[in-house]
Amino acid sequence: MSTKTIATQRAAMNMPTGRLAIWWVLMSEIVIFGGILVSYVLHRLAHPEWAEQAAYTNVHLGATNTLVLLSSSLSAVLAHAAAERGDGKRAAFLLRLTILGGLIFLIIKSFEWTHEIHEGFTLQSGGFWSYYYTAAGVHAFHVIAGMCIMAWVASTAAKNQELHRVENVGIYWHFVDLVWIFLFPLLYIAK
Amino acid sequence: MSDHATAAPAHGAVHHGHAEPNWFLKYFWSTDHKIIAFQYMFTGMAMALVAGFMAYVFRMQIAFPGQAVPLFGFVSPNVYNALITNHGSIMVFWVAMPVLLAGFGNYLIPLMCGCDDMVFPRINRLSYQLFLLSAIVLLVSLFVPGGGFGGAWTAYPPLSAVPKYNLTPMGSTMWVLAVALEFVAFLLGGINFIVTAMNARAPGMRAFDVPLAVWMIVVASLLFMASVGPLIAGAVMLLFDQNLGTAFYNPARGGDPVLWQHLFWFFGHPEVYVVLLPAMGIVAEIMTVFARKKMFAYKTVIYTVIATGALSFFVWAHHQFVAGIDPRMSNVFTVTTVIISIPVAEMCFLYVATLYGGSIRFTTPMLWALAFMAEFLIGGVTGIYLGASGADIFFHDTYFVVAHFHYTFYPIAIIGTIAGVTFWFPKMFGRMMNETWGKIHFWGTIIPFNFIFIPMFILGMYGEHRRIYDYTNFPDLANPQLQALRITSTVALVVMLLFQFPFLFNFIYSMFKGPKAEKNPWKSNTLEWTADSPPPHGNFPEMPTVYRGPYEYATPGRDTDYWPQNEKA
Repeated sequence: MSTKTIATQRAAMNMPTGRLAIWWVLMSEIVIFGGILVSYVLHRLAHPEWAEQAAYTNVHLGATNTLVLLSSSLSAVLAHAAAERGDGKRAAFLLRLTILGGLIFLIIKSFEWTHEIHEGFTLQSGGFWSYYYTAAGVHAFHVIAGMCIMAWVASTAAKNQELHRVENVGIYWHFVDLVWIFLFPLLYIAK
Repeated sequence: MSDHATAAPAHGAVHHGHAEPNWFLKYFWSTDHKIIAFQYMFTGMAMALVAGFMAYVFRMQIAFPGQAVPLFGFVSPNVYNALITNHGSIMVFWVAMPVLLAGFGNYLIPLMCGCDDMVFPRINRLSYQLFLLSAIVLLVSLFVPGGGFGGAWTAYPPLSAVPKYNLTPMGSTMWVLAVALEFVAFLLGGINFIVTAMNARAPGMRAFDVPLAVWMIVVASLLFMASVGPLIAGAVMLLFDQNLGTAFYNPARGGDPVLWQHLFWFFGHPEVYVVLLPAMGIVAEIMTVFARKKMFAYKTVIYTVIATGALSFFVWAHHQFVAGIDPRMSNVFTVTTVIISIPVAEMCFLYVATLYGGSIRFTTPMLWALAFMAEFLIGGVTGIYLGASGADIFFHDTYFVVAHFHYTFYPIAIIGTIAGVTFWFPKMFGRMMNETWGKIHFWGTIIPFNFIFIPMFILGMYGEHRRIYDYTNFPDLANPQLQALRITSTVALVVMLLFQFPFLFNFIYSMFKGPKAEKNPWKSNTLEWTADSPPPHGNFPEMPTVYRGPYEYATPGRDTDYWPQNEKA
């Protein structure tokens, strides 16, 4: 985007266009995850026997992953602070650290899933497992998307360009964290 | 498929990228909001022709069961199901949405807000490309082995989820994929619309200086954004049920088929307002211009629209009165459904009050706008019967329902669209359309339209079920009087479809040969009329500043009866 339209540079709401847009993106995401989670919670309440299935999930790995994902948000915040100071190089480094956090999250998750599939709990193993894999899978898809966007933002930030994007991608990443904070107790802890 | 999709590569091949190196870039890869608006509109119009042809084929089968349909041949039960399913899906998702919301939204928002483009032009382009892909996936799904999906546009499981039941394993998967892609396209577009209208308004343009068309398109985008999420989740779940063996909608394995109905209608009912509001906005612009009057209670209209939008999230289960939901829940949803008719009726009254005492000019766009009000009224009034759970138990899945929602959707998708196209045609293409042909098309469309659907109300009251392929097998429904009504309806449809050719001819001829239009042929106030016709890339020679609201017509003490928004006092 070498030449921006006049429209992009206006701010009738006194908020940069990109940040305003990212909040609307989050709103549309909230209802997507809301749809899955409300469906899950209502079914879970109607099926107390799902608790036996939920007992097979690995709470320790889930908790580790929660820690990993939340820590990765710290570097996203620090990246924003660096971008505010105009230090694009530092922001890019910190964003890449966040990507690393996302990667560790995905690696742990893949070990977890491999183990569960070996135990015979697959997508086809009934109601609980349908929700378990689909909800976490849609979340993981968002983690991957966030990592790709962050890699792209980091590459421009390293050249000290488009530094406002560092904040926007950070807002998105916090949202992805927040979704996991709902998923972890609902899928792992609730027995 | 669309003229664009087929024409662009062929054109490129002829010129070999030399003679007109920019043709592809200009009309297919453009980030200009006006070109993207045309892409949406032309794709939508092409899809409307496809869906109109489908309606012709299945109506012929109903009127003359078992006989070969001219231009198509014999209609088998499976093909019949695929035709009605895809007719509904296309008209809602690939005609009403792209033309009214995306087409007019793209065209009008930057022009009416006085800026040069959308805030995210490249995301706008991506939005159209995803939409085009979704349309192609849907059209291809009609020709895959097993045929197109035939489980109705609402796609209730288990019929939609189990290949053994629907017999269209590929068709049903592709249908869900196409719908999901289309939703992503409109989410991208909707975010663009909302942010552009919020943030990129011309200097001096306050929220209550924004024309109603923009307000309504923005509220519609918000409704879409807030309601479509659960259905996106539901579509992913349906795809997994179809192909990966999950158990979301399978009661034997811990799922629930009614879940889909909740997810679908939680979106599906606000969706009615998603397409209604842009049409209402277009009609508001046309009525004020051709009544030469200030919009009656402009702010009240906006508050009413917001109230309607909020209420529309609490009515969805009125589609499910016979789906086995709790009768106490039916009571609640009956009440909310009847309540939502209040703000909509209020809007209609405000529009009529706008006309009162105006100096009305019956131009073609004005005729369409008035017809919109009259026909939509019938759709709204019959909706009250269906919203009452007691009456709905009898009417559910009869032709009364079909007639009712066509009396809402047809005014929206066809009448509202043509009103908008005929009104903004001079701006879009820089030439005037022919008024005489426009009026012939108007009467030739409106009169047969009523002859199509009034018989259906009557048939529905006789208890005619809507999903039957051949009524001769049902002794109660096969009597000659009912058949006469079916034939009336089909003949009226054929007449109406034939009357679309004058419109197409008028549209294409006027685009190239019509008399040149000046900047502001209708003497309108809003900003788009201060740009050239058609506006160049960047829209305005000099970015406008706004000094007043959009509807200052017939202001006392002025020489002219209009007062453009950008004219200094």
